[in-house]
Amino acid sequence: MSEMITIFINDKEYQVEKGLTIMQAADKHGYHIPRLCYHPKLSIEGACRVCIVEVEGMKTYAASCAYPISEGMKIKTNTQALRSVRRDIVELILDNHPLDCHTCERDGNCELQRLAADMGIRTRHFEGEKKHYEKDISSESVIRDPSKCILCGRCVRMCTEVQKVSNLSQAHRGFKTVVMPAYNMDMKDSVCTACGQCINVCPTASFLERNYTDVVFKQLNNPDVIKVAQFAPSVRAAIGEAFDLEPGHNMEGQLVAALRKLGFDYVFDTQFSADVTIMEESSEFLDRVQNGGKLPMITSCSSAWMKCLEQFYPDLIDNVSTCKSPMSMQGALTKSYWAEKKGIDPKKVYSVAVMCCTAKKFEADRPELLVDGLKGVDNVITTREIAWMIKSAGIDFINIEPEKPDNPIGMSSGAGVIFGTTGGVMEAAIRTAYELYTGQTLVDIELDSIRGLKGIKEATLDLDGTEIRVAVAHGLGNAHDLLDIVRKDPTRYHFIEIMGCPGGCVGGGGQPYAQANSIPLDEDTLMKRAECLYDIDRKKTIRRSHDNPDVQKLYKEFLQRPLSKISHKYLHTHYKAKLPKGIIPDNLNF
Amino acid sequence: MIDVKDKNIIEIKKYIEETKGMEHSESYLIAVLHKVQGLFGYLDREIMDIVAEDMNIPTAHIWGVATFYHYFNLEPIGKHVVSVCMGTACYVKGGDKVLNALETELGVDVGETTEDGLFTLQEARCLGACGIAPVIMIDDKIYGDLDSKKAVDVINQYRKVAK
Repeated sequence: MSEMITIFINDKEYQVEKGLTIMQAADKHGYHIPRLCYHPKLSIEGACRVCIVEVEGMKTYAASCAYPISEGMKIKTNTQALRSVRRDIVELILDNHPLDCHTCERDGNCELQRLAADMGIRTRHFEGEKKHYEKDISSESVIRDPSKCILCGRCVRMCTEVQKVSNLSQAHRGFKTVVMPAYNMDMKDSVCTACGQCINVCPTASFLERNYTDVVFKQLNNPDVIKVAQFAPSVRAAIGEAFDLEPGHNMEGQLVAALRKLGFDYVFDTQFSADVTIMEESSEFLDRVQNGGKLPMITSCSSAWMKCLEQFYPDLIDNVSTCKSPMSMQGALTKSYWAEKKGIDPKKVYSVAVMCCTAKKFEADRPELLVDGLKGVDNVITTREIAWMIKSAGIDFINIEPEKPDNPIGMSSGAGVIFGTTGGVMEAAIRTAYELYTGQTLVDIELDSIRGLKGIKEATLDLDGTEIRVAVAHGLGNAHDLLDIVRKDPTRYHFIEIMGCPGGCVGGGGQPYAQANSIPLDEDTLMKRAECLYDIDRKKTIRRSHDNPDVQKLYKEFLQRPLSKISHKYLHTHYKAKLPKGIIPDNLNF
Repeated sequence: MIDVKDKNIIEIKKYIEETKGMEHSESYLIAVLHKVQGLFGYLDREIMDIVAEDMNIPTAHIWGVATFYHYFNLEPIGKHVVSVCMGTACYVKGGDKVLNALETELGVDVGETTEDGLFTLQEARCLGACGIAPVIMIDDKIYGDLDSKKAVDVINQYRKVAK
């Protein structure tokens, strides 16, 4: 039990834990001090000054996010003077911000807009010089718009502290300060991994995904193409939030129905290809174990991680599985196996992937993934984009009659479902690898040790007397820490799962913005999304990828067997080192 | 035969190596950037990449530091740096007119370098020579009691020497 001290908030006495900041103490006792640059997962910046409070005996206001409490401290959070100063601070931020809320993509879910409303800003008192910068639209995934930036620094801290990618910093000074990559280079040419976490934490629209909703709507009205959609596991667990549902509702059936109502001719579930990924990946793993291949083998599903690999870990490229991601496998199978079965010219198939991810937009464009010159996925849209499309088309998403995905490449096992959360790919792979290796069915298939939000998780398995050590990391920062261990001790693990985003795909860069009463990447929200997927898995009769009858049929009719020549043509690829080279600092105290 | 650039890079790498044994070695970034500018005249991107890799500091962070301090030049500078004093004394004695004349004569704005690479024009804030205001400084030499014509004459002397 930590030491308790007495403080006074707005004349009321409270016992609070020593060592907390004023903001943390106030939060515990029901006072939500207005804030902007603060985020509990990031270091304290103290940049915005919105969270100021009065402390008796202090000459100036204190930034409550940074100021520690002390015995007998008397704090006021809402005096008339404070309200006035806070409103001025927010007004000054607004003064150097475009007045284009009604045409802004974040209209309705912008933190600055909410804050202005909370401050009661009804008239504008300041009018001065405004900054104007060009948008950086070079990246397939992440658009940077410095004109909308309020310099809270959350994106820089997310990119540096949580992801340890350090692509962004604040360059220049004073009025001319701009958040940018090194040398003000285009995002496309930088070390950006396209993870999109800057978008998630940005309170305004300074970072956005490259929006393809216009293109998709246009194609949906094109009578000359066959419109095919697929959607990722974690989209179903999060999209409800964009329609004001509590996190963790499974909206799979509603999403399938809505995609059909939007005009898609066929709707497939990416989870089918997650099952196929498991067939290929576990076979590849066992092949490496039995034939002295490169170990540890590292998963390759996460697009942000794959871009990170090429720039930060060229030395580990051979450790990474050659499997394409489930999205790209689904795309390739759609335009080969399925099109052939249906008697459709694959060139006439317009394939859209609905993903929790911004990096998947970049992945879909990778030349390494072309098969016979064809892209498997023509456009990728995020959970946020599809939610907007559904609203824009006037579809009653919440009350719609749920529907099932199309077959034969739409049905999945429980193993395919849990791909959407950290630890899920590993758990799914083990369910199949165990049986392929031992010939026996794994009974206890829920691996609690690799579930949850711990940064690096480990487990040891017994495959018929062979000890297999596995590790799981989510978020590129944790991945960096884990790979640091691997570089120093290459024999420590046999199999590693890496997902680029905090919590895995459930915390993807394309997921719905934080709800008004929440914060970006709130752990409780991530856990509820993950639990939604685990719950779907538990309720499935078929919970192992190799038991999926459609997967068995696919191998019988088309692929022959895992790692076959045909599998390699459609489902595998190779990556190579790229510049600029990423640098991971030993510590962040520079 | 090792060229000047390679020699300078070796010197910078050696200096970074020296800083590594020191306490808070990562805080030597500014010192290292000074060294780079001292040797190259400006912060070349290729050299900043080397600094990033050798000091293990992300390039974006180095860029943040390099752009924060006005002292650091991010573009190559001319053979001679012309600093026009815009301190109070020089200003009231016509420093702004001297600056305008030099901008016209050299065909560049403040912060820019002439096409022939001979001059970089800069503003300065009080060079401590108020008694002979308005003054300009070329490299480390002061020229005082100037007007527009005299300032252009000084420039022409440098041009003559360069020919």
